[in-house]
Amino acid sequence: MTFELFIFYLLTAVATVSGLMMITIKNPVKAALWLILAFIATAGVWIMAQAEFLGLVLILVYVGALMVLFLFVVMMLDVNISVLKEGFTQYLPLGVMASIAIFSMMYLVVGPEHFGIDVTGEPVSNSENYNNTKSIAIPLYTTHAYAFVLAAVLLLLGIVAAISLTLRRRPTTEVLYQNIDKQVKTLATDRFRLVKMASVVEKAIPSKKEDEK
Amino acid sequence: MFETLQAFLSSFLFEWLAILVTLVIQAVAVVLPIMLVVAWLTYAERKVIGYMQVRMGPNRVGYFGLLQPIADAIKLMNKEVIFPDQANKFLFIIAPVLAIAPAVAAWAVIPFAEGMVVSDINAGVLYILAVSSILVYGVIIAGWASNSKYAFLGAMRGAAQKISYEIAMGFALVTVLMIAGSMNLTDIVNGQQGGMLNWYLLPLLPMFFVYFISGLAETNRTPFDVVEGEAEIVAGFHVDYSGMTFGVFMLAEYAMMILISFMTSIMFLGGWLSPFEGIPYLEAAFSWVPQLGWLAFKVSFLLFVFLWLRATFPRYRYDQLMRLGWKVLIPVTILWVFVVGIMKYFDFGPWFN
Repeated sequence: MTFELFIFYLLTAVATVSGLMMITIKNPVKAALWLILAFIATAGVWIMAQAEFLGLVLILVYVGALMVLFLFVVMMLDVNISVLKEGFTQYLPLGVMASIAIFSMMYLVVGPEHFGIDVTGEPVSNSENYNNTKSIAIPLYTTHAYAFVLAAVLLLLGIVAAISLTLRRRPTTEVLYQNIDKQVKTLATDRFRLVKMASVVEKAIPSKKEDEK
Repeated sequence: MFETLQAFLSSFLFEWLAILVTLVIQAVAVVLPIMLVVAWLTYAERKVIGYMQVRMGPNRVGYFGLLQPIADAIKLMNKEVIFPDQANKFLFIIAPVLAIAPAVAAWAVIPFAEGMVVSDINAGVLYILAVSSILVYGVIIAGWASNSKYAFLGAMRGAAQKISYEIAMGFALVTVLMIAGSMNLTDIVNGQQGGMLNWYLLPLLPMFFVYFISGLAETNRTPFDVVEGEAEIVAGFHVDYSGMTFGVFMLAEYAMMILISFMTSIMFLGGWLSPFEGIPYLEAAFSWVPQLGWLAFKVSFLLFVFLWLRATFPRYRYDQLMRLGWKVLIPVTILWVFVVGIMKYFDFGPWFN
């Protein structure tokens, strides 16, 4: 067994186990953590397939940003699992039917007959100087430029929509708003004033004890 | 050197085992010096801040207090590790591990001199960015697993802050990639050859500051240490940690400080290149300095700036911190991406040829 094969089996085993744990574990926070482990293992598999850009971006975007926000939500929610489990047997037949439908559709699309060496051909092994980033970037910005820009506009739209949904200004009688720009621009002269006045000399209090010394 | 070791090991071991042993030895060769630097960086911090506040700093253990870090380490290791009653014990233990693992893993691609790097990969910058983005989990999980309000508040603040400043950091890196045309850290340094004027510091001056400020925020150093904010939330996410579990968080923080200093010197200050390249007499006069020496000099200066800022600035208020990240640093970086694009188009200066 070569070292690469060893790492490959290790990563795939971690990905499979953590995927299973993610859907079976009861605690939602732990489920999110297992999902993160699955992402990291998958990123490792991608890097082994010489797609290092995609693998690292998977970690950067999904693990570094998306799952953090997801964990936030899961940690803040006080999920009562016993309530969620109510009516489990009642919905079971419907759930089984839905899952059978989904899995059979998945089998038709990504079943074993669509994979294997005779379908995909021998994997291409690139030279050491092969730059995955460049080979993704060049078609992305030339042949697929319109689709790429469209996707960017769509994401921007998503950002604007999300912000405008959550943004609400309440009347200043209810909430006090801070004007940070004004606060940052404050000068020392706005805050205090030096007043010139004649100095007041306090009367010396005669102390007998000290005089005696 | 490591190739011969691997060849020697594979003569009597399985091939994969030989590679694994070589990798472990390589990792130790990089991580051990870093950990020693971390130890004496804590000493330097206390000394520098001490002198800035007109006091002596540690001066009891060893000559000038030089053995203080060792005394601290022994103290931390001997302390009892306390588990809060309602804490999630497994996550409570795994959180410091998650904090230090990325801080150590990032060193795999850092070049210390020409060719002196564990793994010289093409996507080095992206790797650093990806690995340091995992760092936030140590804080979040520590805050949640402690089952304490203060720890959780600290974790929330820390995570939001890190995600915000990561964007500015990423854009600053994008400008470096545009100018260097490569994500390989060795190539980035070699693109800055030819003296101080050819460093990426000049064309990317605003990005240098943005990167360093974001680095301060990423490592939770003052003035961005609202994660710990002892006046408001006791000690933030590690309030319930004691002994070595606390020590591991500190190790991770200082290792990240050194990493940020290394990245800043590699990307903006010419890495291991001499600042006097191309200057007639000075270049010859300083030719005896090894490449690692120049890099170490630049890194120590940046680390001193870390300590200097800590002794100088008060802590940011949280909303002002968020404003700085989102409304100042990110617009500046986006603007500078366009400026660098224009400079690149017109082959401006010695940097784009």
